[in-house]
Amino acid sequence: MIDINPLVIFFASIFTNNMILSNFLGMCSFIAVSGEIKTSLGLGQAVTFVLTFTTILNYFIYHYILAPFGLEYLRFIVFIISIAAFVQLVEMVMDRYFETLHYALGIFLPLITVNCAILGVSLFMVIRDYNFYQSLAFGVGSGLGWTLAITAMAGIRTKIKHAKLPKGLEGPGITLIITGLMALAFIGFSGIVQIQ
Amino acid sequence: MVSKKIKEVFTLGIWKDNPVYRQILGICSALAVTNLMLNSLVMGLGLIFVTAFSELTVSIIRQFTPKHIRMMVQTLIISAYVIIVDILLKAYYPAMSEALGPYVGLIITNCIIMGRCESYAQKNPPLYSFIDGIASGMGYTIVLLIIAFFRELLGFGTLFGFNVMGEAWVSWTLMIMPPGAFFMLGILIWVAYNLFPVDEGGKVKGGATNI
Repeated sequence: MIDINPLVIFFASIFTNNMILSNFLGMCSFIAVSGEIKTSLGLGQAVTFVLTFTTILNYFIYHYILAPFGLEYLRFIVFIISIAAFVQLVEMVMDRYFETLHYALGIFLPLITVNCAILGVSLFMVIRDYNFYQSLAFGVGSGLGWTLAITAMAGIRTKIKHAKLPKGLEGPGITLIITGLMALAFIGFSGIVQIQ
Repeated sequence: MVSKKIKEVFTLGIWKDNPVYRQILGICSALAVTNLMLNSLVMGLGLIFVTAFSELTVSIIRQFTPKHIRMMVQTLIISAYVIIVDILLKAYYPAMSEALGPYVGLIITNCIIMGRCESYAQKNPPLYSFIDGIASGMGYTIVLLIIAFFRELLGFGTLFGFNVMGEAWVSWTLMIMPPGAFFMLGILIWVAYNLFPVDEGGKVKGGATNI
């Protein structure tokens, strides 16, 4: 068990170990949905919400069900099922009780099941052997970091919408290069905290 | 006839419809493992294995799978094969298993496999699906290797661990850090669009909207 303050993990997972910019997770939706600030923010909120709860859920599943029975090798299958089930459950509950919230986040929820960041955070949690508070901090922090990155990207893309780009670089190409520049900028944070 | 179709599937999967630079699928793991050629090669082989066998399985049971739960079935099939890859790596190549970390498990959420299962294996007989799996997997592996080639060459001055740039080479540390991966893929997409122009009328299948 490594001994890192959960608060350190929280900040590290937002700035220095950002899910997109240093671990490349959740890139698919990052590129596809980062066209508008409003949508990106909505997706970011949904990801943060789901990440927080699935990380906790998977923490308990892994340490209280899989580990005691020696079934750690099943974790991929179990994690992906628990994520899918959780997303489905949230969607049903929101549909029934929180109409407005469902209206805002509803369309993003199905996308989230296949977002690599969600599964990635759970797997990182297992590999780095985090305890409960560390996992919680890691889940929330990663979600916020993801939101930060996608919202910033949406802002930049809105600005360059009418810029003239070389042929073939429009769309995904330029998005990746901007992401590279953002990642470069985020390396500047690496002096603050560092986990690995 | 059969061999002709097989050849067509291959050229489509590897060049024209390449999953990474044409459909922008599965780039999470494409970027994470490409700082070394060897890692990319192992990751690519794992992916070829998983894609080919998942497509084969999906195609064999496609008539018996109820339509509304097919996504879940596909996910489970893919996870099962990923677990096989993970266990094999742990048993025979623990150092690589350590280096790839969670990215082996993340093959499950790699959109390439799911995308091919959904768009190809659901509608085609097992043999072609299997071959399509190999072709898409190879297309992916080739892109990984191209990116890794530049990143390792410039970042470490080595290829597959052998020094090729000589002692005096000053490593570009940037290339082995995350930004290098983003720049390389961005440039690769740019070059690919110019080498293989998209037909004006025909829209590319899949595309970035296909999450």
